[in-house]
Amino acid sequence: MIEVRDLRKRFGSQQVLDGVSLRIEQGESVVILGRSGGGKSILLKHLIALIQPDSGEVRIDGKDIAGLNERELLKVRHKFGMLFQGAALFDSLTVAENVAFPLRREGKYSQAEIDEKVADALEMVELAGTQQKKPSELSGGMRKRVGLARAIVYRPEIVLYDEPTTGLDPIVSASIDKLILRVNERLKVTTVVVTHDMRSARTVAQRMVLLHHGKIYASGTPDEFFKSTDPLIHRFVNGIADEKEPEL
Amino acid sequence: MNGRTPLSEWIEGLGKLTMLFTESVRSLFTHKLHWDNLLYQFYFIGVKSQSVVLITGAFTGMVLCAQTFFQFHKVKMDSATLAVVSVSMCSELGPVLTALMVAGRVGASMTAELGTMRVTEQIDALRTLATHPIDYLVVPRLLATTLATPVLTVISVSIGIAAAYLVGVGLLGMDGAYAWANMLKYTDMHEVWTGIIKAFVFGGIIAIVGCYKGMCCGEGAEGVGRATTEAVVYASISILMSNFFLTLFLTRVLSPHD
Repeated sequence: MIEVRDLRKRFGSQQVLDGVSLRIEQGESVVILGRSGGGKSILLKHLIALIQPDSGEVRIDGKDIAGLNERELLKVRHKFGMLFQGAALFDSLTVAENVAFPLRREGKYSQAEIDEKVADALEMVELAGTQQKKPSELSGGMRKRVGLARAIVYRPEIVLYDEPTTGLDPIVSASIDKLILRVNERLKVTTVVVTHDMRSARTVAQRMVLLHHGKIYASGTPDEFFKSTDPLIHRFVNGIADEKEPEL
Repeated sequence: MNGRTPLSEWIEGLGKLTMLFTESVRSLFTHKLHWDNLLYQFYFIGVKSQSVVLITGAFTGMVLCAQTFFQFHKVKMDSATLAVVSVSMCSELGPVLTALMVAGRVGASMTAELGTMRVTEQIDALRTLATHPIDYLVVPRLLATTLATPVLTVISVSIGIAAAYLVGVGLLGMDGAYAWANMLKYTDMHEVWTGIIKAFVFGGIIAIVGCYKGMCCGEGAEGVGRATTEAVVYASISILMSNFFLTLFLTRVLSPHD
């Protein structure tokens, strides 16, 4: 379970997170929505402590991870897998080496076991047989799939997705959504997705959360969001710009 | 805008660099070494730098020999030429020029690589995969550069002296036997050790500045470009400045009769 309490973060003069409180239950699939540059990715990175808050708490299974040092956090991060916006594959390594990376670091698997787990993970993201390719030989969608395979190969409890469909065409986006659902279903993980792609959000979310002006503005099921009469939610969900208030 | 002056930013940077260095040294003794990474860095820094270091050493030795010979020839001290070349190469020119070449080749490459990893979130990815970037990225580079630079310096000095000998004897008509005997007579072991210890320190400077600049670089291609330039400039200046203080210090420590 993830619990965020009164999280605040400022960069220079900009208050990006201004008292965010959020609770995500085990096994839940939550999509965090919000406008571009509104702090969604920053919030996501706080959940895995890649960024430390100015104040507030981030509790993972009851333990506050805000303020832990990097070495202590390494143990906590075993519970997490994360897919980055640009996939963040290691350029110098092949696909197989990228996916095997977290397994090798653990140092408890034989080469045969590593090969088997890598093959399983790549098969789950429908990229079987690409082990020897370099990241530079892959398309954007394939890179994200490899990134996902690397994030789930060690069976984390929580998987975080940072804009998983950004920059992909609708068909590839739909296949990534399908993979998110598959991972959620097969591995029984807690899923947190940051996106502003409403179609993707509707597909993968059990619950949606709208981040606005550094605070959680609304939380509800996809149906509640799409039927909402709240002007802000209505405009966001339907992508309606307002010239009087261009920033929502 | 944020109330910070260039001086306070510089002091903050120096503090972060020191913390990176202490954390790296601590990691070296308390955490598992990534041998595969270390061996690759040895290969990249040590083996791949040899050609540039050989050329630097050879031509420095040759020009130093020629210049010294031209001056000494006027006072009939031709046979002392190689001794001057040897002492200069061992204690000053060898380590400094080797380190400057390594800073240009290896330091820049380290910063560009780590900087690109930072802006493409690869360093964050490492952290999410429960791997400390200092253990995986900084320690192998620091260790490999610190150990490879003295070896490269020894190669550079040896080639420099050999090239000077060939130029002096073959081209300038110097008496080889006298010159060689004088070189051995006037080159003490403390000169050799001074050069090796200096190269060891310079290697550490190159690696830690290169890694720090890469891991703290600004966003985008511009950030990586600026960090790379700064890494080479700061490492080179640090080498030249620390060389002066190391000379004073090591002369006191290693030279018993001074």
